[in-house]
Amino acid sequence: MSATRIYIARDSAARSVNADAVAKAIEQQARARGQIVEIVRTGSHGLLWLEPLVEVAGPQGRTAYGPVRVGDVVGLFEAGFLHGAPHDLSLGPVEEIDFFKRQHRFTFARVGVVDPLSLDDYRAHGGWQGLERARTIGPQAVVDEIANSGLRGRGGAGFPAHIKWSAVQEAQSERKYVVCNADEGDSGTFADRMLMEGDPFLLIEGMAICAYAVGSDRGVVYIRSEYPDAIATMGAAVKSARAAGIFGGAFDIEIRIGAGAYICGEETALLESIEGRRGQVRAKPPLPVQSGLFGRPTLVHNVLTLAAAPFILTQGGPAYAAQGMGRSRGTMPIQLAGNIKRAGLFEAPFGLTLRELVYDVGGGTASGRPVGAVQVGGPLGAYFPDSLLDVAFDYESLAQAGGLLGHGGIVVFDDSVDMSAQARFAFSFCAIESCGKCTPCRIGSTRGMETLDKIATGVEPEKNKALLKDLMNVMADGSLCALGGLTHLPVSSAMKHFPQEFEPGNRST
Amino acid sequence: MNASAFDALEVESIAAAEIARALDFYGPDGRGAAPLLPILHALQHAFGYIDDEALPILARMLNISQAELRGVVSFYHDFRRAPAGRHRLKICRAEACQSLGCEALVAYLAQAFHLAPGQTTPDGALTLESVYCLGDCALGPAALIDDELIGRLDKERIDALMSEVRK
Repeated sequence: MSATRIYIARDSAARSVNADAVAKAIEQQARARGQIVEIVRTGSHGLLWLEPLVEVAGPQGRTAYGPVRVGDVVGLFEAGFLHGAPHDLSLGPVEEIDFFKRQHRFTFARVGVVDPLSLDDYRAHGGWQGLERARTIGPQAVVDEIANSGLRGRGGAGFPAHIKWSAVQEAQSERKYVVCNADEGDSGTFADRMLMEGDPFLLIEGMAICAYAVGSDRGVVYIRSEYPDAIATMGAAVKSARAAGIFGGAFDIEIRIGAGAYICGEETALLESIEGRRGQVRAKPPLPVQSGLFGRPTLVHNVLTLAAAPFILTQGGPAYAAQGMGRSRGTMPIQLAGNIKRAGLFEAPFGLTLRELVYDVGGGTASGRPVGAVQVGGPLGAYFPDSLLDVAFDYESLAQAGGLLGHGGIVVFDDSVDMSAQARFAFSFCAIESCGKCTPCRIGSTRGMETLDKIATGVEPEKNKALLKDLMNVMADGSLCALGGLTHLPVSSAMKHFPQEFEPGNRST
Repeated sequence: MNASAFDALEVESIAAAEIARALDFYGPDGRGAAPLLPILHALQHAFGYIDDEALPILARMLNISQAELRGVVSFYHDFRRAPAGRHRLKICRAEACQSLGCEALVAYLAQAFHLAPGQTTPDGALTLESVYCLGDCALGPAALIDDELIGRLDKERIDALMSEVRK
């Protein structure tokens, strides 16, 4: 009798809702029944509201069940789930679930499918082909492919990637660095984490392609300390890629661990942190491509930007650019988070509206109450009311609507949200996380919080609203980086779209 | 990660290993403060906190000023200057978890266990900390107990955790 293969995610989100215990219970139950199972721990498909998701391999492919609790395991065995039999938790094949079917998985194609640390799996599912093609066509042609793909920086700024690649390629230096920004600190975002836990070799391949193109022999992945699983998985993957000779002695990667500073997601603060200093933002110019890590030409990219490179090199830039809308080309791993019924990772071409994402894909709020507000793009992103959700999810449309795309996180709140408290939180977060280098951010954040308190308690509200507006202008124009420069966005969007909540006495906390 | 007694020799050996690693990977760029964050993480892992007595040793070995070193240690939220409880509960208080009621859980910890973020239980079992995003934003409220991520945190789970750590 051959073993039945069972796939259960090892992604930390799945583990956070007991995937390990479910795996163990299935193993024990199988042993007790004399049935042979082989449990493979994969990344998560991103249907996170269905975790722990259990897939059973059969002649017709995999059949999914979820969300499975430890108490469901006996029932699953009795129903005959090892043969794909129906059960209350049956979901059918993952590819047929609407949330999954509607996606275009370029970057996340392997996540949820393969054992993240199996080099054999990675190669069998098309791994290393991008790197091999890169080495065949040469550095200049690699940069051309990136240019043809229309890829833009996925960390938030949306800067065309190939311009940075060209700049570092042309820079003259005996040492150049490729730095991967995996300091994914925005609330509502987890795509970097899921990718590093679910397909770490893809990021390694992307970095190797990039290093080859720009002429670098050293790469650094800076991962936030709040991601212990991603740190462990990336560390193990780098070690085995190195041992397998993937880098051919021409490149190597170090994993660096952050230390709980949100500001280190800003690229120059991140470089300072690697250099062993306070994570304080540098004034630009010089840009990192000219003088970055240790003063060397440095290419800093977000995880998702680097992880897009293998697809682009394998399929060609035009195949990537064929998806998307306007100047936002390709796909974006969108993260549906917070109070939303179907929360998870949804990779799709740019251009869906927020309403489609929140309602059609996400199913509205998890609490069942009306949508109160939707924050797009992390703690520095704007709050949208339900009436303004018809904006398209792409860089330009969101900017035009007074918001930003950021790292692609969408956080839904139901109508119990207190927008005055959310606005206050934006200032308080800025005050906690400010690196302290520039005055508008360091002091403005605290003064902003105090002024909002005055408005909430009815102290000269009109005068203080005018003062707050003025303060936010100073912060927007006078801050060195996006933290001070964009903190006004959640505040001003909340005040604009939810004015009644800023009337004195309306704050609940 | 239990706090253990300060040991100058161990500090030196941890620092020396990280200094060697940085030089090996970065070459001449790895001189000076480059290995500092890995050293601080390793010290905190070994001792549970960064002891003030370690600072002059590190300053000497890295050839940086003590002022600079103190600046770095105090900048990062992760580094503790004094031992924490035997377990650490980091509760996420960022927007996605707010939308799922994390502040009510913080209030519950204060009301039921007299524990506010930054405080340790009197028996030294647990230190509570605030954290801003653990990347479990689809399954919040989220928390980290030591290195284990917990999703869909609720009062019952908090009760269970509190009695577990006190065993």
